Amino acid sequence: MNVMNVSKRRFEIRRATRASRVAVFVLLIVAALVASFPYWAGRDTLRDFTQIAAYLVFAMMWNLLAGYGGLVSIGQQVYFGIGGYAMLVLANYGGVSPFVAVPIAGAIAVLIAVPVSLVAFRLEGGYFAIGTWVIAEVVRLTVANVSWLGGGSGTSLTALQDVPRSLRESLTLWLALAIVAASIGLLYGFLRSKRGLALTAMRDNAVAANSQGVDVKRARLGVYLVSAGGAALAGGLYFVGNLRISPDAAFSVNWTAFAIFIVMIGGLGTLEGPIIGTLIFFLLNKFLSDFGTWYLIGLGTLAIVVTMFFPQGLWGYVSRRFGLQLFPVGRRVVFLDTGPSVSPAPKESADSADPLHAAP
Amino acid sequence: MPVILETHGLTAFYGDFQALFGIDLTVNRGEVIALIGSNGAGKSTFLKALAALLRAPAQQIVYKGEPVGGMAAARIVGKGIALVPEGRRLFASLSVEENLMLGAYCSRPGRWSLDTVYALFPVLKKRRHHPATALSGGQQQMVALGRALMSNPELLMCDELSLGLAPVIVREIYAALPSIVADGMSAIVVEQDVQLARRVSKRFYCFQEGRVSLSGASAEVSDEAITQAYFGAVS
Amino acid sequence: MSSLINILLQGVLLGALYALFAMGQSLVFGVMRLTNTAHGDFIVLLVFVLFVLTSWAHIPLWAAVPLLIAIAFGAGYAVQYTVLNRVSGRDPLPSLVVTFGLSIVIQNVLQEVFSADPRSLATGGFESMSIALPGGIALGLLPLLTLAVTVAATLGLQWLFGHTPLGRAFRATSDDREIVQLMGVSPRRTFALAMSIAFVLIALAATLYAMRTAVSPSDGPALLLYAFEAVIIGGMGSFWGTFLGGIALGIAQQAGFYFDPGWGIWLGHVLFLALLTVRPQGLLPKTA
Repeated sequence: MNVMNVSKRRFEIRRATRASRVAVFVLLIVAALVASFPYWAGRDTLRDFTQIAAYLVFAMMWNLLAGYGGLVSIGQQVYFGIGGYAMLVLANYGGVSPFVAVPIAGAIAVLIAVPVSLVAFRLEGGYFAIGTWVIAEVVRLTVANVSWLGGGSGTSLTALQDVPRSLRESLTLWLALAIVAASIGLLYGFLRSKRGLALTAMRDNAVAANSQGVDVKRARLGVYLVSAGGAALAGGLYFVGNLRISPDAAFSVNWTAFAIFIVMIGGLGTLEGPIIGTLIFFLLNKFLSDFGTWYLIGLGTLAIVVTMFFPQGLWGYVSRRFGLQLFPVGRRVVFLDTGPSVSPAPKESADSADPLHAAP
Repeated sequence: MPVILETHGLTAFYGDFQALFGIDLTVNRGEVIALIGSNGAGKSTFLKALAALLRAPAQQIVYKGEPVGGMAAARIVGKGIALVPEGRRLFASLSVEENLMLGAYCSRPGRWSLDTVYALFPVLKKRRHHPATALSGGQQQMVALGRALMSNPELLMCDELSLGLAPVIVREIYAALPSIVADGMSAIVVEQDVQLARRVSKRFYCFQEGRVSLSGASAEVSDEAITQAYFGAVS
Repeated sequence: MSSLINILLQGVLLGALYALFAMGQSLVFGVMRLTNTAHGDFIVLLVFVLFVLTSWAHIPLWAAVPLLIAIAFGAGYAVQYTVLNRVSGRDPLPSLVVTFGLSIVIQNVLQEVFSADPRSLATGGFESMSIALPGGIALGLLPLLTLAVTVAATLGLQWLFGHTPLGRAFRATSDDREIVQLMGVSPRRTFALAMSIAFVLIALAATLYAMRTAVSPSDGPALLLYAFEAVIIGGMGSFWGTFLGGIALGIAQQAGFYFDPGWGIWLGHVLFLALLTVRPQGLLPKTA
């Protein structure tokens, strides 16, 4: 076998791919387009975008927690609801503009997440997931029993009553756009950084990462806090758009269910995954949700099938097959001359047999 | 038939990485053969392939005239092949006695039972109800060996019995080997210690980077030949 | 004072049902580290299968229950072997997502077929029979039966795991699923068998639950949380621990109900979180 002396070839380390450069360009155009919606688009479009934004940011935060932090949670909706209720309390009783209250609600959620993490982190793996759900349920039941928050039937955002409708909807849209842009930008910047690399190492093998100097505990806490804050932003935004909040809507486990579906379709642990997943999910939602239970049955089945057969998500599968990466966070070696490529010998014989997947 | 096991061009892969490049090996009935070679040479991989922990094409492994490559791992012990895995791999949730009893799960007939294993290694009887992993290294190795014997195999495979053990303990364990194979059991013994391997076996194979570099009668081969085969030719 | 005793007694009886919910989950997590978020929905599913057997097929209850158990055994084996075996591993995400998907599917299929209304099982008055104790305390016969079944199940599981070859195989497979094959144990079949036994427990729980309250298709998640809390409070790795955990949860909820109906379940959750903070290993943790 003729082995090429690799070190003698000229090469470069590159980040961006051609697809990613196109993608950034497209995203900037889309952002500008969306920003102009209030001037020409219909009310429904504005509402749709706000909803998409809430789903997307929440899904991105769940993806950060699970795909990068290695922490699978079925309880992130607790921060979504805290974001909504905190925004409402600040706006209705604190005299703060709801648009300003949303980021403040995000900060409040991060503060609350600190003691919560102390309890939740006592559990691991699947039991951590369910434990976070219990925490969400406790908060939901507590809020449902507090009458000045509207109790079980909820309450309305009155602080925007005097604002003319078109202005309110425009401001909501721009807030949504700002939150989405900030989330994507910050996440992308974070994941490209040294700390982001540490996260990926930690997700792949926590023990090994620890031995390389990655402070796993702190990294996990950091991811958990960021995810909480982001979820609260999504929640605050959603209820600014919705104008009405209730414990069942705010703390429903369905938010996490949708986030899971979005991420499973789009692919865990990539940045573009949640974006693509949200778009597909939203389209499905818009056209099929009239079918009620059948739509949900389809969604559940899709999640099962995708997890079993496409563990990288549908987008993950496509991106691997065709080598597409829209938000590359890694680096690749690009050889500047064209040399012979060495492909692995075809597999004909003994293969490592996983006891669960071997032929009976 | 004098031959109990034959491999024909056995290859093995860990994913895309090839570990064995065509091993031809024979074990005769009642024989103890040794596999020697440096770390990573493929000895453990070979035993794993025989135990079906790594999948192999059917005709590459022939046991008592029957091609057994590709068989499900859980069916191999029923055929009469037992492996004492590298590093003992005892079950931590089970006591010494429970580990031994699990060895008899496939219930093949033969002379090995709790009583005979305890007769071979009396110290285990004293600690039979202790958690298996609470024992010393040497005692754990005895449990692992006993566990394999409980299935009454015709071919016993031992992967580095001496791993991590003091020389006096190693001697004690290998002292039991002749009585184990006395009634006609065949054995493949993988050992890092070359002199020990030659002492306990009739024939040997030397592995080097996934291939057999030398084989022959243990008593007759010269030390230089082994050294050359062990480390490979200097390039 | 008698109300305190009443809370305790009713709590124990309620907790016995929770412990039975939890037994299957304790078994499954112990053997194959699988977190089944559809656990509660499987209970509800089997309740509705029982409805079909008794109302639509007109099979009398005393014959329907054994039939249900047989169906459950087979279904559990099939579900594990075909679907869950692919995702039972060290990474919790796939099993979580798959079972979550199953949960959604089960709830909505049931809702499609049976509508969202709660239904209960006709037991000919058995559910309201009780023994009267001094102090105005009434111990229902059905809850007492539940307690007896739960105790029997716990004893049975303890015996199975501690003193039978299958139990040894279960424990060994959970320790080292690769090496256990060398002893002739097939991990795939072992896991499937563990799930079948768990489903039998679920069938028992479903029967007793349906006799006690009206059940609707969306009840699953709540049951999952009770089961899970019972396992954690009791300590993982121990069936008696799970039993105790269920009892503790039942007592906490009962105490909460006594103060205000809205706070019953809340108090149970809070007890769970408090215990998790203070004694995360649970009441009866298994050592090593």
